[in-house]
Amino acid sequence: MTSAAASMASGLVSGFDESRRTAPHVTIRGLSKRYPDAVIYDNFDFDIPRGKLISVFGPNGCGKSTLINMIAGLVPADAGEVLFDGRPLSRVKFGYVFQNYREALFPWLPAFDNIAYPLKLMGVPKAERKRRVERLVAHLGVKIDLALYPYYLSGGQQQLVSIMRALIVEPEILFLDEPFSALDYEMTLFMREQLQRVFMETRTTTVLVSHDLEEAVYLSDYVLLLSRHPARVVEFVPYDAPRPRTDKTLTESSFVATKAHCLKLFQQEVRRG
Amino acid sequence: MTGRKEIARALLPLVGVVILLAVWALVNGLRLVDPVLLPSPAATFRTLWEGMVGGKLGVDFVRTVVRTISSTAIAAVIAIPLGILLGSSEKLYRSVEFLIDFFRSTPASAMFPLFLVLFGVGDRTKISVAAFGAGLVILFNVAYGVMNARKTRLLAAKVMGASRTRVLFDVMLLESLPQTFVGLRNGVSLALVIIVVAEMFIGSTDGLGQRVFEAQQLFDMPGMYAAIFAAGALGYALNLLFLLIERRFVHWAGR
Repeated sequence: MTSAAASMASGLVSGFDESRRTAPHVTIRGLSKRYPDAVIYDNFDFDIPRGKLISVFGPNGCGKSTLINMIAGLVPADAGEVLFDGRPLSRVKFGYVFQNYREALFPWLPAFDNIAYPLKLMGVPKAERKRRVERLVAHLGVKIDLALYPYYLSGGQQQLVSIMRALIVEPEILFLDEPFSALDYEMTLFMREQLQRVFMETRTTTVLVSHDLEEAVYLSDYVLLLSRHPARVVEFVPYDAPRPRTDKTLTESSFVATKAHCLKLFQQEVRRG
Repeated sequence: MTGRKEIARALLPLVGVVILLAVWALVNGLRLVDPVLLPSPAATFRTLWEGMVGGKLGVDFVRTVVRTISSTAIAAVIAIPLGILLGSSEKLYRSVEFLIDFFRSTPASAMFPLFLVLFGVGDRTKISVAAFGAGLVILFNVAYGVMNARKTRLLAAKVMGASRTRVLFDVMLLESLPQTFVGLRNGVSLALVIIVVAEMFIGSTDGLGQRVFEAQQLFDMPGMYAAIFAAGALGYALNLLFLLIERRFVHWAGR
């Protein structure tokens, strides 16, 4: 019996999933958000597990991005509480990667200085900043000329620089808001591998908003399926294929089954609205 | 083959100049216009050359340059910080927007009498009217540059933990630079226009405006055309200068 199968079996028996042995990383309680035309979240509760990559997936306009924006403090919540190991956001180091890398990077700084900027904000001296960026570059095996300004880099390279900028502070949690949706398919495939590599190297708790179900399942340990607004958790679908996942993973029966399961739930939600 | 094409392309802007000179020489040669009113290109450019190299025209040229640059510099020193301040708060800008738009629309030349009363006849009046006109143009552009800073970029800085002051200096200021340079270029062009007009009509003894006016009064037509060309060259050069500075400092504009 493989260990994955064993943990599944024990999960079935005890109703207790392996990953939940450790306390959740982020606890969301009573989160509410109302826009003038809709209630997006109404008393929403959720726990984000530690050291896992979770994808947020759901119908258009259900508030996928709003969720991580509220957790990361970009959008104020009307009510509710988000705690990271019991601490508020202000005491947590986190990284955030925007969909629009072109507007999120600083075009007046070379890529290297873009990556180092969060350290500059923290008051890290210049020599130390240089050392830490170089260490991250070596760690991730990145092959980009970082002396270049962002507009000389390809879209994928720019987004990789954004991800490195988010990682440079060694965040305890990383948020990505549809990070690859502005890239062409070839670049998207490449960036999926890069993100998987980053995750395998750092094991940082990662929350990825995605509008591509294949990507969501392929990359994550769990897919958080949200309903139409007001959003609730339709299902928190585990997917525990071993990493590194490859093209072959996409044709394996466990991947196909998980994706089909998510698609079925998603379509039920879409029809319900 | 491509080399020849490139040369042809580079020479393209000269076509218009050559046509103008040819038509001018033709009109002059055939005596279609009284040569007193329209001297030959050769006579005009000789006057321009002699005037600029060691003649009085050169002195006037320098005076106008100094006045235009001083008024633009004064305008920039006042308008850029003020524009950043106004732009960083949309409410603040909206509260004075009407005033800025109103005075921006008021012809600066209509302000001459007022400034004459305030500063008397002299350089101070010319420079301050020009600074007033240029300043409003710069102010308006800087404020809009700051207000239109990309939201994502501001959020990105905020999410990385930048304070309000850091966001202002590290992001907003740089975000507004392309628009600031648009303001500076328009401002210096307007300042030149105002300075030249002021030199014509408010008690000047030097400057390109005065030179044009005096040449006309003395019916020195080659001298007048020479002064007009000098003014044109100055306007073109100032614009080019600011474009070059802009390309150097705002390398990311439009990318």
